[in-house]
Amino acid sequence: MKILRQTRAGSLESNDLMVVMKPLGDREGIKLEINSIVQNQYGDRIREVVTEVLKRNGIMDAYIMIQDRGALDCTIKARVETAIKRGL
Amino acid sequence: MNKVAASLRKAIELSELKDGMTISFHHHLRNGDYVVNMVLDEISKMGIRDINVAASSLFPVHESLIQNIKDGVIIGLDVNYMSGPLARAVSHGILDKPVTFRSHGGRPRAIHEGSLKIDVAFIAAPSSDAMGNINGVEGPSACGSLGYAIPDALCAKKVIAVTDYLVPYPNSPISIDQTLVDWVVKVDSIGDPSGIVSGTTRVTKDPIGHIIAGYAAEVIQASGLLKEGISFQTGAGGASLATAFHLKEKMIAKGIKGSFGMGGITGFFVDMLEEGLVEKLIDVQCFDLDAVKSIKNNPDHVEVSGSFYANPGVKGCAVDNLDVVVLGATEIDTQFNVNVLTDSNGIIMGGSGGHSDTAAGAKLTIIVANLLRSRLPIVLDKVITKVTPGDTVDVLVTERGVAVNPQRKELMDSLKDAKLPVMDIEELKAAAEKIAGKPREISFTDQVVGIVEYRDGSIIDKIYKPTGSER
Repeated sequence: MKILRQTRAGSLESNDLMVVMKPLGDREGIKLEINSIVQNQYGDRIREVVTEVLKRNGIMDAYIMIQDRGALDCTIKARVETAIKRGL
Repeated sequence: MNKVAASLRKAIELSELKDGMTISFHHHLRNGDYVVNMVLDEISKMGIRDINVAASSLFPVHESLIQNIKDGVIIGLDVNYMSGPLARAVSHGILDKPVTFRSHGGRPRAIHEGSLKIDVAFIAAPSSDAMGNINGVEGPSACGSLGYAIPDALCAKKVIAVTDYLVPYPNSPISIDQTLVDWVVKVDSIGDPSGIVSGTTRVTKDPIGHIIAGYAAEVIQASGLLKEGISFQTGAGGASLATAFHLKEKMIAKGIKGSFGMGGITGFFVDMLEEGLVEKLIDVQCFDLDAVKSIKNNPDHVEVSGSFYANPGVKGCAVDNLDVVVLGATEIDTQFNVNVLTDSNGIIMGGSGGHSDTAAGAKLTIIVANLLRSRLPIVLDKVITKVTPGDTVDVLVTERGVAVNPQRKELMDSLKDAKLPVMDIEELKAAAEKIAGKPREISFTDQVVGIVEYRDGSIIDKIYKPTGSER
């Protein structure tokens, strides 16, 4: 699957996150930037969850920027999934 | 006789302030305060160095002290609470000497016993006459109670009142009187009223806050303390003030009248006084305009000193007469120790204030907190900074359940009988981690940036500089 247009999902409310996704050329891979208020405690876990959703949806090339305000895993999954669907 | 000095500089000269001395401030003007910055600016211009600043609290407005530290004007800090850019700079190791953190009761204890010696106290005076009779209820910067300034005025070698509202002699009412004040300085303004007190303190509309508060009120009822003459203190925000709201409803329903409400006083407590639900208010600090108006006009709204409020070194302080206190927490551990000083990254963002004092004094100490705050579980194996010891904390109330300190077996049984959702604190911790995942622990360098002194003077914890906090 390929991200064709820039998309956005989520918000900057507490316990939510904002996902911005942009297309990248073939074999450019995944460029993932994470900015979280709980970076020190959950930064690695957020990366894990986002990567897993991308993989499950077959996204190989994309730029993703996450601004996290303390969202739970289920919220992160839902927002990333929505951003993907909007970008296909 | 007239004590008015021609300028702030003149008063500082008269006080014979010298390098290495300790000056003090009180924090009733909170984030609207101009006096701390004004005084340090003048001291800096006079070329005085190595000053220790003993301020009952410092706020974001005091950011300019960072420059005073860099310039060598300030060498040490001694506070009960500190937030904002200065607090972050301290966490990042800007001072060589660790900051001493005390409680609102520990500070007056240290001042009266002489372990905190003040050379010159600067009293931000909302109104004063030329002899130094001061109150906090008149003038453009009225803040209400001046409770925390009283030990400073009593014990400092020299006392300078800084006012923007000089009134004809004799001023009244009198909170700090002329027998204690050396000089009076008139300045344009001592503070920004919008930062001093908030307009009206409202009870939260957050439904989770009300679930927590509802449980907390049930806990008070089940403890057996909800009876004629009950005394209590709650915080001014969130679930803590909401607990007062739920407690008030129970008092009305049962026709119970309380003896006193205490603390930082808000309009909510003023309403309870005026509606006859409590006999008196004991007030060290006013949080909003309603409280300021009330302490000015209502003789049952009583101004008291920091010592009267919480000093464990005197012949009786008011926290020991409290039935119930409802407090917040940044973190609580499975031993019920509470942190209200450092954030989840170990950065300084607060302090005890009266937290550890009221917890020690009250018959029932309730901590109210959301189980998760921005994903972070409130219950940990070990708090980053121990401020209030677990053996003074009785109950943790969250929206998911209520944990009772195992030392309070009888209370636990009463809460179970009342059908409250009693859980082991370990279960609460597990429930939080199941939802949010286990947070990775943060790491620290071995540089000590702060020392936490318990109210009795013992060292209860140290604050370390977090790794990677050089920014």
